[in-house]
Amino acid sequence: MGNIAAIRGACRALENVCNASYGNYRSISVSSSYASTFRIDPFDQNESHFEKILIANRGEIACRVIKTAKEMGIKTVAVYSMVDNNARHVHLADEAVCIGPAVTRESYLNIDHIMEAVTKTGAQAVHPGYGFLSENAVFVEKLEAAGISFIGPSVESINGMGDKLESKRLAQAAGVNTIPGFDGIVKDADHCVQISKSIGYPVMIKASAGGGGKGMRIARNDDDARDGFRLASQEAAASFGDDRILVEKFIDKPRHIEIQVLGDKHGNAIYLNERECSIQRRNQKVIEEAPSTFVDEETRKAMGEQAVSLCKRLGYYSAGTVEFLVDSQHNFYFLEMNTRLQVEHPVTEYITGVDLVHQMIRVAKGHPLLLTQKDIPIKGWAIESRVYSEDPYKNFGLPSIGRLYKYIEPLHIPNVRCDSGIDEGSEISIYYDPMICKLVCYGNTRNEAIDTSLKALDSYVIRGVTHNIPLLRDILTEKKFVNGNISTNYLSEVYPDGFKGRQLSNTDKQHILAIAACVYSKMDIRSYKFLNERPSTAKHKDPSNWALIISLFDEELLCNVKKVGNEFRVQIKTDTIVVEDNINLSSPLIQTNISGKPTVMQLVSKNAYGKLQIVYQGTMFTLTVLSDNASKFLKMMPEKPKVDVSKVVFSPMPGMVKSVSCEVGDTIAEGQEVCVVEAMKMQNSLVVGATGKVKAVNVKAGDTVGEDDVLIEFE
Amino acid sequence: MALSSASLVILPRCIRWNYGIFGVQFCNQYSTAAHTLRVNQQIKEKRKRALLGGGQSRIDAQHKKGKLTARERVHLLCDPGSFVEYDMLVEHTCSDFGMEKQKYPGDSVITGHGLINGRIAYMFSQDFTVFGGSLSSIHAKKICKIMDQAMLVGAPVIGLNDSGGARIQEGVESLAGYADIFLRNVLSSGVIPQISLIMGPCAGGAVYSPAMTDFTFMVEDTSYLFITGPDVVKSVTNENVTQEELGGAKTHTTTSGVAHKAFHNDVDALLQLRNFLGFLPLSNKDPAPIRICDDPWDRDVPTLDTIIPQESTEAYDMLDVVINVVDERDFFEIMPNYAKNIIIGFGRMNGRTVGIVGNQPKSAAGCLDINSSVKGARFVRFCDAFNIPIITFVDVPGFLPGTGQEHNGIIRHGAKLLYAFAEATVPKITVITRKGYGGAYDVMSSKHLRGDVNYAWPTAEVAVMGAKGATTILFKGKPDVSKYEAEYVEKFGNPFPATVRGFVDDIIEPRTTRWRICQDLDLLSTKNLTNPRKKHGNIPL
Repeated sequence: MGNIAAIRGACRALENVCNASYGNYRSISVSSSYASTFRIDPFDQNESHFEKILIANRGEIACRVIKTAKEMGIKTVAVYSMVDNNARHVHLADEAVCIGPAVTRESYLNIDHIMEAVTKTGAQAVHPGYGFLSENAVFVEKLEAAGISFIGPSVESINGMGDKLESKRLAQAAGVNTIPGFDGIVKDADHCVQISKSIGYPVMIKASAGGGGKGMRIARNDDDARDGFRLASQEAAASFGDDRILVEKFIDKPRHIEIQVLGDKHGNAIYLNERECSIQRRNQKVIEEAPSTFVDEETRKAMGEQAVSLCKRLGYYSAGTVEFLVDSQHNFYFLEMNTRLQVEHPVTEYITGVDLVHQMIRVAKGHPLLLTQKDIPIKGWAIESRVYSEDPYKNFGLPSIGRLYKYIEPLHIPNVRCDSGIDEGSEISIYYDPMICKLVCYGNTRNEAIDTSLKALDSYVIRGVTHNIPLLRDILTEKKFVNGNISTNYLSEVYPDGFKGRQLSNTDKQHILAIAACVYSKMDIRSYKFLNERPSTAKHKDPSNWALIISLFDEELLCNVKKVGNEFRVQIKTDTIVVEDNINLSSPLIQTNISGKPTVMQLVSKNAYGKLQIVYQGTMFTLTVLSDNASKFLKMMPEKPKVDVSKVVFSPMPGMVKSVSCEVGDTIAEGQEVCVVEAMKMQNSLVVGATGKVKAVNVKAGDTVGEDDVLIEFE
Repeated sequence: MALSSASLVILPRCIRWNYGIFGVQFCNQYSTAAHTLRVNQQIKEKRKRALLGGGQSRIDAQHKKGKLTARERVHLLCDPGSFVEYDMLVEHTCSDFGMEKQKYPGDSVITGHGLINGRIAYMFSQDFTVFGGSLSSIHAKKICKIMDQAMLVGAPVIGLNDSGGARIQEGVESLAGYADIFLRNVLSSGVIPQISLIMGPCAGGAVYSPAMTDFTFMVEDTSYLFITGPDVVKSVTNENVTQEELGGAKTHTTTSGVAHKAFHNDVDALLQLRNFLGFLPLSNKDPAPIRICDDPWDRDVPTLDTIIPQESTEAYDMLDVVINVVDERDFFEIMPNYAKNIIIGFGRMNGRTVGIVGNQPKSAAGCLDINSSVKGARFVRFCDAFNIPIITFVDVPGFLPGTGQEHNGIIRHGAKLLYAFAEATVPKITVITRKGYGGAYDVMSSKHLRGDVNYAWPTAEVAVMGAKGATTILFKGKPDVSKYEAEYVEKFGNPFPATVRGFVDDIIEPRTTRWRICQDLDLLSTKNLTNPRKKHGNIPL
């Protein structure tokens, strides 16, 4: 709250009210904290507002919208599918309506069900969040027909920007830079050279029917263009049976930078600066920040003004985002416009002090924007890291599912905002987006924001699902990122062989080993501490010295540990590392001093036989700690042959096959359900133990099976 | 001599026998002194031989099989330097078949006591390098000696089995030896914990000692338990079977239920055994151990709120419930691969050891059948014998129907679990997470069997049977049975019928389960309940 007063004297009183009410609200259950964020659009209690709005969404964005609505004094209605009945957004809202089963098309995408919920609850307006129905013109039309306000843009805007060609045409008409290219079909090689020249090299020659990189050639001069045309049309003919060729400007190492806009129903529109969203994988953003290191004042103004011009042309109201590709020469080209609130809107809120949801709701009610372009500041730096439930070691992220048996957001760190829709115990299911949280960190400078992000990621406790913090944490310290030298090709350039986890320096390694040694020693001490033991005939002293062999990766190191007072002295080779003993074996976080330096690690799991999992700088390391004695003996034990993963799925019990979800020839991934067997009114989902191709399916739905019957076989 | 004996006191054990060197200078003119020295030298020699067991080549052979020697095992099992050996120098008494010429100090077993995490335990470790670890009469006497002392003191006995069987040269003496051990196994049962770790062959009559101990653990690939080996099987029944199939760790932990758990190798087994001992009291006169606890006992566990699926027919993993309730998610599961429809094992609640029994909906819907009943019953009786409170998580749709079960005596075997829960006088806390149907509801540590505290989660439904079955019987032949089914669900598909009758003490939020149990356990630590005096009950064996 420290810097509130400094911002706008006139708003001071109001602002305090708002923050106070927010503080109160937080104590109920929301985790996002804007306590130290400044605001330039305080809530005006005297301004008319909707009495009740419905949020046609789930997860973090539903929670996000509910939060602002509550602060504005608006009653909220949540909708939820059956599996979401215990979700956070349901608890946060004043009312909640179940709109159908888990499958989105029968719930969150079902316009009729949502309309019913609106009618039933008497909501005056609907906020769609992002995704689902947020850019669905039919939905908006239905709402309008029923006299319900849509908290978003007009049907025309949605339609106009929803179509690729149409949006490009409208953008051109509004004077927005679009990617130069030839809209017609290229006749021959000479024609191609001629067009390429007029566009300016480099150009992209690509098949009209193209996709997947086939039939695409980059040309940097006339010769390239000639060859490119020939090769591309041949490839196109072979691959798609259609040799028609297009030419457009090739943008090398483009950045994805977007402009946030806000418009009202009175013809006003402003831009709220840019967001840099270049760090992407498979066209999905991973880390976003505002402002961009690459955009100078001049470019920002040019991009902003073009975006506003497009809004004015469209008569755009509510929040929207104009996306641009920016080349290395600061040339920018219109990509598309998103007619909704974006996932990454918090970074803009941080640096401008505008609550975008607040403005969307005001605008929908018909209020004019009170902010003018010159009111919009850039204050500090904000970075959003999208924490996903996915395995970053597989293709930069393949979804993982599970229940969060432990979940602690790092909100004890100042300038951290967590927009999430889940709680400890929540299940990340196959039905919805696997995003766990948007971790937004703020600082006066970019370095401060990065530092805060690192601290926050190190203290972020997520147990029960695989998550992408290792990757996020690594990017944030990677040299090119730190220098702001990024493009949409960033991940494949920096990790050409895929992400392999944090690479450790020698000191890093020693710190991990030292902590592992201390954890083991603490467990050993504790294993002697019985409180109700009879006085033993034999005397023992608690151990205070350990000679341990710790293996990390394939390396084994001798660590000599000595407990002296309140510290452990760990000797590794010739170095002695002093670890302060404030390690709690039950706490997921280890926050201690290693050789006087504060360090945060996470203790994910441990067992009495020395297997430890420790998270250091985002990445989890598995270690085995053994006494040198045990280690010596273990070396004498033979290696176990690798267990052959079974190639069949058995019925675990007698019962009836309820469903079979694979066919001969299907490729099935490890852990995938292939069959459900019902017995005693219980459905048992049978999953495969290894990835493979289905060789035989021996049963069909309705069959009766006995225990150990082979149901499905794999190659 | 005065000087020498003084040095005996001062010098650490490892060089104790070296004092003779000093002694020579003072004593060489006395012939008795020379004798003493010679004796000392002999003692030294014998001990050295005892330490070598059957000799270096046999030790190497043992290692080659992926097994540690008897001595190495003891060394790893005990706290460093705490093992005190008995009868290191005894020798067998057989003089037939040239045996009098083959003597090894200590014979084929190492016995004594040591500390495991500072707590006393008696142990024997059969030495395969000496006559294949075969059991001679002196071998048996050594074991009986420590078993007797363990009973006197009140301390666990751990057997590390690695023996080819009876010492055939000794004939009936060997058989007598087995019987002496069996008798002590029986008399010790319920007095001190007895644990067998099978680390090599254990065949013939020998198997009955592990069979009568409280827990039998095995080592994968190197241990076998069978009455008769594959050769005899082949000659009698003409079956072709490998040792591993007949009596390996996998067979006994998944199919026969003879063994309670298998470990990867000797080292893994011994380290895990050390950990396991930490859960057990030293004898039936000691309370369940309480170890220092770092995990706050009074915390809510939000995860518990979301584990039970919305569909009451959908499976979930009861282990999720168990590990989220106990301290630090540390649960030592017993028989994890046998009769998986019931979970048993040890955990700690605020540091205190508890025995946990839970139906496992993930496997065979969590029903009770013959194997799961017997598995559960034996565990409950162990806990009861050794003052370990029992926490039961109930989600049971009933006993498994079918000829397979009926013909094999589900009535008799199911009764064992009922008997065990009913007779137990230790603190009993029960949580009904979902179904408590039929007779199985009664069995699972219900209020009616002297459950001390019985909770129901909001998802609990206690009824005679499921809605469909019930309405089919009640409204047989009537149209529109499904209407009644809905009515039945409305009426019984909730915890109220049991709650209004006081059969459960309260309906609780799942997240509060951990601290409630911790609180109850403190309260019940002074529970004093005894069964009517009797020689012993007559459990339906």
